[in-house]
Amino acid sequence: MAISATQNYTTLRTDNWRVAPIITVIILGSFVIYATWRALENQYYLAEPYLSPFYSPLINPEWWPISPAILILWAPGLFRFTCYYYRKAYYRSFAGMPPACAVEGRSKESYSGESKFPLILQNLHRFFFYAASIVLIFLWYDAFKAFNFDGHYGVGVGSIILVLNVFLLSMYSLSCHSFRHLIGGKLNVFSSCPTRFTLWKGASSLNERHMLWAWVSLFGVCLTDLYIRLVATGVITDMRLV
Amino acid sequence: MAEAVLRVFRGDSENGETKDYKVPVEEGMVVLDALLYIQANYDGDLAVRWNCKAAKCGSCSTEINGIPKLSCKTRMDSLPRDEPITVYPIKAFPVIKDLVTDVKWNYQKQKEIPPFTPPEDEEMIMYQDDVERSQEFRKCIECFLCQNVCHILRDNNAKESFFGPRYLIKIAELDMHPLDTVDRSELLRNEAGVGFCNITKCCTEVCPENIRITDNAIIPLKERVVDKYFDPINWILSKLKED
Ligand code: SF4
Ligand code: SF4
Ligand code: FES
Ligand code: FES
Repeated sequence: MAISATQNYTTLRTDNWRVAPIITVIILGSFVIYATWRALENQYYLAEPYLSPFYSPLINPEWWPISPAILILWAPGLFRFTCYYYRKAYYRSFAGMPPACAVEGRSKESYSGESKFPLILQNLHRFFFYAASIVLIFLWYDAFKAFNFDGHYGVGVGSIILVLNVFLLSMYSLSCHSFRHLIGGKLNVFSSCPTRFTLWKGASSLNERHMLWAWVSLFGVCLTDLYIRLVATGVITDMRLV
Repeated sequence: MAEAVLRVFRGDSENGETKDYKVPVEEGMVVLDALLYIQANYDGDLAVRWNCKAAKCGSCSTEINGIPKLSCKTRMDSLPRDEPITVYPIKAFPVIKDLVTDVKWNYQKQKEIPPFTPPEDEEMIMYQDDVERSQEFRKCIECFLCQNVCHILRDNNAKESFFGPRYLIKIAELDMHPLDTVDRSELLRNEAGVGFCNITKCCTEVCPENIRITDNAIIPLKERVVDKYFDPINWILSKLKED
């Protein structure tokens, strides 16, 4: 919908603006396909003492007919889906609203952004942050357990991978915009709450790299799961370092 | 001497076309220099709005090779010269003539925001920690490049429903001020339409003052709206505090 007759063009950009949305579609699309396949596969998620992050915490109620990963993954899945950074990424690349800056996209006259159902539900992001934080506690527990080889302390490549993975996931959570708000951003008078001010400053400095943490933790969780699957299927053997 | 071809829009909202001009390129030259060269040497009636030539008055916003920029801050040597360099008026506002657009809608929106309202008869010591956050937003030079690039105003022309990033940072500046007493959440959610923003960050990308519009103003405002309208836990806690 052009403002006027002479401003009726899609874009005048001469640079390669298509590259970024295409790369995002490929990477995010591959992640969704891989994670869905692994969540539904319902095997090769345990290679003692390592447990795949897709299946943690491992709960396996008898009444549940399909993969137990589904009981867990909604929390980190919706946490990522409603993340402010991923929203930007998929609104641009999948929805084309807009595909790149100063490029007319697929927005319609009836555009209402996140002000109406269903996208108004993006406002629930902080609740998925709470849910994903509970899962994160279990992932830390798994990382500690990854140093326990039949009751003895040991270090395998998998132990290090699990620690790295949970570290990256923690950085992603600690750099979350909702966390930054809840920890102190909501205050108007910082000087009366010095502790929250300090925490807010910490969260703010992590938040500047939220996009980076979003991507590296995404790769981290996939590679961790892949490593455990490869060990569990016997394709590779976990190397013991200690 | 090196030369560049500028392809400049000439016309208004109803009729217009581009015209090519050859301009000699000198060291340190910016696009505004090239436009002023055209004015001085070819077409004296080329309409260009500018004032400071120092990226501080916010007058010279244009679209250079399709990207919203200040023409006084865009060096000629940063642009490829194998193709003509296009210079267009900003797209989200109606063209008055050539590169000059009518941006008065912005000032009308500004008037709809309740101004800073400190408490009466109360003195308070202001600490730097408390005002620092709002100070980032005060760097705004009102170039309206963010308003122009925002797809909600640019492609959807939703000027009835959305104030645009420039006025969301204005609301953030006031709302985060430790002495301000006005609750603007109703305005934010309804008239200002913070929910329309889909945080795609183009405003942040084009801001010549490098204000982190989306991360530091819009997302925190969205979170404040969540506090008030979508978070029952927060609601109960605040009621308990009041009692
Ligand atoms: S982040 Fe929001 S306000 Fe900024 S350009 Fe995108 S939609 Fe517009
Ligand atoms: S916020 Fe930045 S882009 Fe927007 S009007 Fe102010 S200076 Fe210009
Ligand atoms: S904003 Fe990305 S996780 Fe919360
Ligand atoms: S002329 Fe003042 S900002 Fe460009």
